Amino acid sequence: MDNNLTTMYIYLAISGIMFFAGVYGFIARRNMLAILISLELMLNAVDINFAVFNRYMHPTVLEGYFFTLFAIAIAAAETAIAIAIIINIYRNIKNIKSDSLDKMKN
Amino acid sequence: MDYSYSILILALPLFMFLTLALGGNKMSQKFAGILGTAGLLTIAVLSYMVAFQYFGMDRVDGVRDAEIAYNFEWLSFTDKLTINLGILLDPISVMMLVVITTVSLMVHIYSMGYMHGERGFQRYYAFLSLFTFSMLGLVVATNIFQMYIFWELVGVSSYLLIGFYYTKPSAVSASKKAFIVTRFADLGFLIGILLLSFYTETFSFDQLTAEGGFFLTSTSGATFLGCSVASWAMALIFMGGAGKSAMFPLHIWLPDAMEGPTPVSALIHAATMVVAGVYLVARLFPVYLSVPEVLDLITWVGAITALYAAIVACVQSDIKRVLAFSTISQIAFMIVALGVCTSMVPSEGGLGYMASMFHLFTHAMFKALLFLGAGAVIHAVHSNEMSHMGGLRKYLPITHITFLIACLAIAGIPPFSGFFSKDEILAAAFNKSMFWGVWMTVVAAITAFYMFRLYFGIFWGKEAKHEHTPHESPATMTIPLIILAIVTCVAGFIPFGEFVTSNGEAYHIHLDMTVAVTSVVCAVVAIALATWLFAKPNPKPEKMQAALPNLHKWAYNRFYMDNVYQFITHKIIFACISKPIAWFDRHIIDGTMDMFATVTNSVAEKIKGFQSGKLQMYVWIYIVGAMILAVAAIYTFVK
Repeated sequence: MDNNLTTMYIYLAISGIMFFAGVYGFIARRNMLAILISLELMLNAVDINFAVFNRYMHPTVLEGYFFTLFAIAIAAAETAIAIAIIINIYRNIKNIKSDSLDKMKN
Repeated sequence: MDYSYSILILALPLFMFLTLALGGNKMSQKFAGILGTAGLLTIAVLSYMVAFQYFGMDRVDGVRDAEIAYNFEWLSFTDKLTINLGILLDPISVMMLVVITTVSLMVHIYSMGYMHGERGFQRYYAFLSLFTFSMLGLVVATNIFQMYIFWELVGVSSYLLIGFYYTKPSAVSASKKAFIVTRFADLGFLIGILLLSFYTETFSFDQLTAEGGFFLTSTSGATFLGCSVASWAMALIFMGGAGKSAMFPLHIWLPDAMEGPTPVSALIHAATMVVAGVYLVARLFPVYLSVPEVLDLITWVGAITALYAAIVACVQSDIKRVLAFSTISQIAFMIVALGVCTSMVPSEGGLGYMASMFHLFTHAMFKALLFLGAGAVIHAVHSNEMSHMGGLRKYLPITHITFLIACLAIAGIPPFSGFFSKDEILAAAFNKSMFWGVWMTVVAAITAFYMFRLYFGIFWGKEAKHEHTPHESPATMTIPLIILAIVTCVAGFIPFGEFVTSNGEAYHIHLDMTVAVTSVVCAVVAIALATWLFAKPNPKPEKMQAALPNLHKWAYNRFYMDNVYQFITHKIIFACISKPIAWFDRHIIDGTMDMFATVTNSVAEKIKGFQSGKLQMYVWIYIVGAMILAVAAIYTFVK
């Protein structure tokens, strides 16, 4: 059991690092594609958490795995939409810097 | 007895109004005129049927009972406070139905000629229908609140018709003046109604006027400024009537109301609407009898108005204004007749009531005739000024004859109708006291004088230059004149006392020979004087004018009543009351509201930097906030 817990902590540490890497990227980067990648990173960290908790805390059920699958599917759809939006922005202002999106202001 | 068809008398004019108002523009003028007249003819026939049926009914115990044809609950606020709408048929309301529909029918026919080709012809007929509806609703009201509703409706239709030529500034201001002055008087009326019904807990006329002093017993004890509540309520209700009937000092709107088309003046401002005040007092007469001090007030107001208006009418030069002042004076006669009435029994001092209603009836006919005749004259010479007329008898023979008949009637020369009714009023005044009798006889003599001054000024005297030769009006205009002239000739022989008396008993009219002879002699002398002065062009009127310059100037300017009003409203009310209120509104009320706006605005200005629009800044703040919360939660809950 001890061994198991240690393994779980390692997984959780990885997902934590991924998540905060994503947060940092989301805040610090100006390129919208990079922001999108950071967002995916955060999402995947959460997915890992689901899988890990299911595997180590409640091995007899499958809800966590299914949640992960759902989240991945939805994330894929979201990404498609986000990419479409970014392409449209590029067509309009010829770049994809997030801070150059200020047409609505004044 | 079945009077269920009487609802049509109200439904039809309303229907005509809606049809003409909504669909009038799609009709040709001719069709709209014929439609309106045909509708009114039907209503008139129905009214005659009601009158025939009602007066044909047998008396119950020697008294004509009031019939309530309809009475349904319209608004019910509490168990006690309910407002009904209905149709009340009693001698005076049936008499009014006949008067209104007759004059209205004549005016409808006449207007087809007079208003021919006028812009807004269909609108004019729609308004006439609206007025007829409101006036009929007013006279058949079963309760005082219904009367008030229709009272305001006639006010509105009068306003609309006075301002019919809405492109003329004088017509617009006259219509506003009429509306505001009568509205002001109606404020008193409303307060009176509320007082009356608060103490008696009823609006209904048959309960208010029930025998046994229903009203007095329920208000005994309560007083205000030394007068009982009953007196206050009835005086305030009379104020409403005085406003509508143009009694001094609320008369100022009526002369200006002559800006409307002449047939409208004949219908509304001579024959029907302006006698609503008289009708109101007559309707509530049993209640007025219980407050003699208010009756005295009514007599004084009426007598002063009669004299004032008669004097002013002597020097006006606009023929419609002369007729307007003559109307004021004649209505004042009716008011005086009610005021000097001291009992419900005609043979014991209650003659005035019958006399007043009789004069209302005859006056409606001959005054409508005078106005329509004046309309025909104006139609012929295109001017209201007497100086543009003169010598018209050659050109307008029919108008001349009918106008003369009406003048003789109003002057009180037998056998024309005005003689009989005016004689009853004078007899009633003499019954009350010598003072009132003499006063009213003098006014009657002045009446004869100014009417014949008008008559000679129009049809005799020096002929003015005309742009084109005046010609007689078309048949649509002369036929109503002839019909009304015939009515004026014969109406005096109607045994009016058989139909309308204060208590519903029959009363046989007999002429009081002393009164009759005195008044006729006075009238003849006055007419002779007018003939001497005005029949032929001569310098005598100017000499008289020069001899009494101040009197003439004062009378010509209507004793400066309008200036007094101007002074009171502008210098006192506007300057001392309205201006401070306006200042308070602009600076205190608006200032407070502006302050809210200014504070909100400046705060928003300060904090709008937070709304940077930069998504990543928001996320940064959000995460920092979430972390602070998380740390706080851990610190608090995790031991």
